[in-house]
Amino acid sequence: MKHQSIAEALREAIAEEMERDSDVFCIGEDIGVPGGFGGAFTVTLELEKRFPDRILDTPISELGFIGAAVGAAMMGMRPIADVQYSDFLFLAMDQIANNAAKLRYMSGGTIRIPLVIRAPVGATGRGSQHAQNMERFFIGIPGLKIVAPSNAYDAKGLLKAAVRDDDPVMIFEHKLLYGSKGARAESGTTNASSDIPDEDYVVPLGTASVRREGSDVTVLAWLLMLYESLAAAALVESDISAEVIDVRSLAPFDWKTIGDSIARTGRVVIVEEGPITGSVSAELAAGIMERFPDKLVAPVMRVASADVPAPFSPVLENMYRPDRQRIADALRAIVA
Amino acid sequence: MDIELTDSIEIASSYSRPFLLELYERMVLCRQFEDRVKLLFLEGTMPGTIHQSQGQEASAVGVCAALGQDDYITSTHRPHAHALAKGLTAEEMMLELFGRSTGCCKGKGGSMHIGNMDKGMVPAIAIVGGGIPLATGMALSFKLRQRAQVVACFFGEGASNEGAFHEGVNLASIWSLPVIFVCENNLYGASTAISKTTRVPRVSQRAQSYGIRGETIDGNNVLKVYEAVQRAAEECRSGQGPVLLELLTYRRVGHSRRDPAHYQDKGEQAFWFARDPIEMFRKSILQRGDLTEADLQTIDARVTQTIEDAIAVAREAPFPTADDLTQDVFSMELKS
Repeated sequence: MKHQSIAEALREAIAEEMERDSDVFCIGEDIGVPGGFGGAFTVTLELEKRFPDRILDTPISELGFIGAAVGAAMMGMRPIADVQYSDFLFLAMDQIANNAAKLRYMSGGTIRIPLVIRAPVGATGRGSQHAQNMERFFIGIPGLKIVAPSNAYDAKGLLKAAVRDDDPVMIFEHKLLYGSKGARAESGTTNASSDIPDEDYVVPLGTASVRREGSDVTVLAWLLMLYESLAAAALVESDISAEVIDVRSLAPFDWKTIGDSIARTGRVVIVEEGPITGSVSAELAAGIMERFPDKLVAPVMRVASADVPAPFSPVLENMYRPDRQRIADALRAIVA
Repeated sequence: MDIELTDSIEIASSYSRPFLLELYERMVLCRQFEDRVKLLFLEGTMPGTIHQSQGQEASAVGVCAALGQDDYITSTHRPHAHALAKGLTAEEMMLELFGRSTGCCKGKGGSMHIGNMDKGMVPAIAIVGGGIPLATGMALSFKLRQRAQVVACFFGEGASNEGAFHEGVNLASIWSLPVIFVCENNLYGASTAISKTTRVPRVSQRAQSYGIRGETIDGNNVLKVYEAVQRAAEECRSGQGPVLLELLTYRRVGHSRRDPAHYQDKGEQAFWFARDPIEMFRKSILQRGDLTEADLQTIDARVTQTIEDAIAVAREAPFPTADDLTQDVFSMELKS
């Protein structure tokens, strides 16, 4: 047993999978330059020393190297492609949405794309173009599996499950949860470190996890918003018993875990970092109302960002990102 | 850079009679298949849309004849000749075009995504340029696994103005990957002439900016194409890839099924129609002396029969069912 940050746990997961399977390789920008960063958030730091031929530094060329990763995966390799900021995924959108997600179906089920794409999300003082929560743009593309780990244990287990899965899996990670150190450390971080077992394990894709049990209301959140939701649940605990679920799998949703909780509480608050319109929470809300209409005693509520680009000024950024106070207000409102 | 476009084909005595007949039969198969498919659309029994390749047979057949069974091709929205040249049967293709469950993509691909991985053809990528980074990634897998395979990546001159071309060719060049980038320059991107979109007179000149070899070839001379691809494949297999080949050719038909191609200049049409790749080859092989008009007529008739048989099978084949709709999205289904 050891205690690790998300960055350390991901690094160890990648190394172990590369050790286990020679078809696994990493591809991305600034991921293996000696004396460099190990990717934007140190996840692949020094892995090039152990795997000199399988940590592939690319030009600044997201369309090109994500496309190349899809092509290599199609031939049976298991690439882990890494974009520095998830906002850059727009540059590679054609390769992800039109090739990675569709080639299996278009081929009548003959092609497998065992591809992993890792992408950091979240507003972190960098203005509008290095801040988006991009997961919303991918959950509606059939053929993709999407996860978002909020702690180091899950990060390691989900990454391993993703590498071993035969379909394209996108892993969205939060910049404020990595626990990156040194020159790449972030300010204002949240501690998401975990005890990590010594033995090999996976966290199955497609599963949510109940992080706090409660009986009055179900809170659905992931990544940084999970921590704000847990803090909000603690703020109101003298009056309200809130159950907090780490949604963790954004495609597909774990409707069993979510539905079981709603059957007990009858109320749902969904919390999301990112503009409220066209969001993951919109899809969750619609899915809940379709699947569990008889279980709800109150309309679903959402706490999300305003419909604006992520702003720069820390004052504005804090208004943009939902916080424990806003979530607590929603919890009080929904049980009132 | 400029090349002479002759209207006769010189045939070295080293070419065997069976090889020449094989090239001839493949080209006739491509032509008759397309002509017959056009009629099926006109009579209204074939669904969808089509982008046909009459006039470009020497490019498809010459390229694929120089590849091995283990080698791959990627194709475009105009893929029928590429598929037939790589060894897909008229029957599996006709089934697919008719949307039947026994087609090469189970009726889920259709004309623009036709392919068969067992025969070395990736389902065609119908986003212009979208197959280029994919081919680079396939070649990356060959290099990482130390295999002697190559991939021939077909695209049109229009794709050479896509960002995907730049990124895919650049990546392949920095890693010396075994890709033959095959630009079929038929002078028009849909209806727009290359002179309006591209300032350099030859697409192959762009090779210089990637530090790789580029060559322009008469794409209507099947033997010149075959020889050029043999050279390129050899270079790729010995680590001297990638290579950019520009095959000058011409579409004898519109861009898609209802396009009468009024934008093609009459003089230009006359020049290219007189240089029909099949007619030129037919004349030249007849001059050899060991082949007669009757030999070729036998082939023509055999091809006609093959296609008619394929149509008969396809018309009777089953359509996909409602169950098929949701199959083949994932290799490993997750419960949701």
